[in-house]
Amino acid sequence: MSDLVLLAISCIFVNNILLMQYLGNCPFLGVSKRMETATGMAMAVVFVLVMAGAMTWITNAFILKPFGYEYLQTLAFILVIASLVQFVEMFLRKAVPTLYAGLGIFLPLITTNCAVMGVCLINIKEEYSFIEALVSSLSYAVGFGLALILFAAIRERIILARVPKPLQDTSIGLVSAGMLSLAFFAFKGMI
Amino acid sequence: MAKTTVQEFTKGLWAEIPPFRLVLGLCPTLAVTKTVENGVGMGIATTFVLVCSNVLISLLRSVIPKKVRIACFIVVIATFVTIVELVMQAYAYPLFLKLGIFIPLIVVNCIVLGRAEAFAAKNAPVPSLADGLGIGIGFTLSLTALAAVREIFGSGTFTVPISGLAVPVFGPEFQPFSFMVEAPGAFVCLGLMLCIMNMFGKK
Repeated sequence: MSDLVLLAISCIFVNNILLMQYLGNCPFLGVSKRMETATGMAMAVVFVLVMAGAMTWITNAFILKPFGYEYLQTLAFILVIASLVQFVEMFLRKAVPTLYAGLGIFLPLITTNCAVMGVCLINIKEEYSFIEALVSSLSYAVGFGLALILFAAIRERIILARVPKPLQDTSIGLVSAGMLSLAFFAFKGMI
Repeated sequence: MAKTTVQEFTKGLWAEIPPFRLVLGLCPTLAVTKTVENGVGMGIATTFVLVCSNVLISLLRSVIPKKVRIACFIVVIATFVTIVELVMQAYAYPLFLKLGIFIPLIVVNCIVLGRAEAFAAKNAPVPSLADGLGIGIGFTLSLTALAAVREIFGSGTFTVPISGLAVPVFGPEFQPFSFMVEAPGAFVCLGLMLCIMNMFGKK
């Protein structure tokens, strides 16, 4: 049990997916201009990442490994993720329209979010058990959401500030992401 | 025709150079640019995938149904990424280990999918080839530049690609500015390089 708690803390803070592992930076800069979109994206990622982590683990353990097709991992995972996202989208539209209204537009973007694919690959690479893979997927997703929402709050303030012209927009965004990353860097020696 | 092909090629080198002008594909840019060797390796791998997938998608553009085009593009891209992965595992194993999960992650590099959707799906194979090659070389150049800055300041060396020899740039008294090779330095360095790019020349 304590192992799982340690794993969760390390995935959320110490190895934060956005700021320490550099995965999922395109949506990080793309949707962080407004708090609402950032929250929507964070929730959609939590939702999809946990399911994708479970599905790709099962695919790897029960389909790819027994038949010796591990070299097709990349192809298989991206297909699993893409179809999962499509399925979740259709299911939500029919079953939970209120949730769909909030997450809808973010779901297609998640297919090409490297955080999702990245976590699935890390789970396999680290040879996690099924439970560990679930915990790590959930905690990476929570870490993604945390960093994204913190960053959106910073960017909302930057809009009000006077920024030199060449530094505007993405450039100042990257520099402030660096500062946020520096804050998370303090967790590094913890585990 | 010849002139436009040349233009398609050269636009990737300055006017639309990724990841500065097209802010796409940031994850590999930030992650692998700790040393020049990794940067160049990643750039070449991405260029290969970009050129091959652009040409194939352009050839198949009238066959692929519009509704499932994204899924088709991803399958084509994933195929070439698998080829790169296996080739690197066979012939450049140390580099393969260093780049780690970022090789399979070329599949979800938005530059590759972005070019397939925005260019190859609408144009003939030859301009698509030029586009893929231009964007790929532009990407490689950006990665090399960023990696050179980070490596020279961060560890005080310059790794020559292929030979893998780390040449010290400064004297023995140099204290490495290790901030640059860590995650925060990657963000700040890319942000400042983007700022410098913005100071020179408009879009």
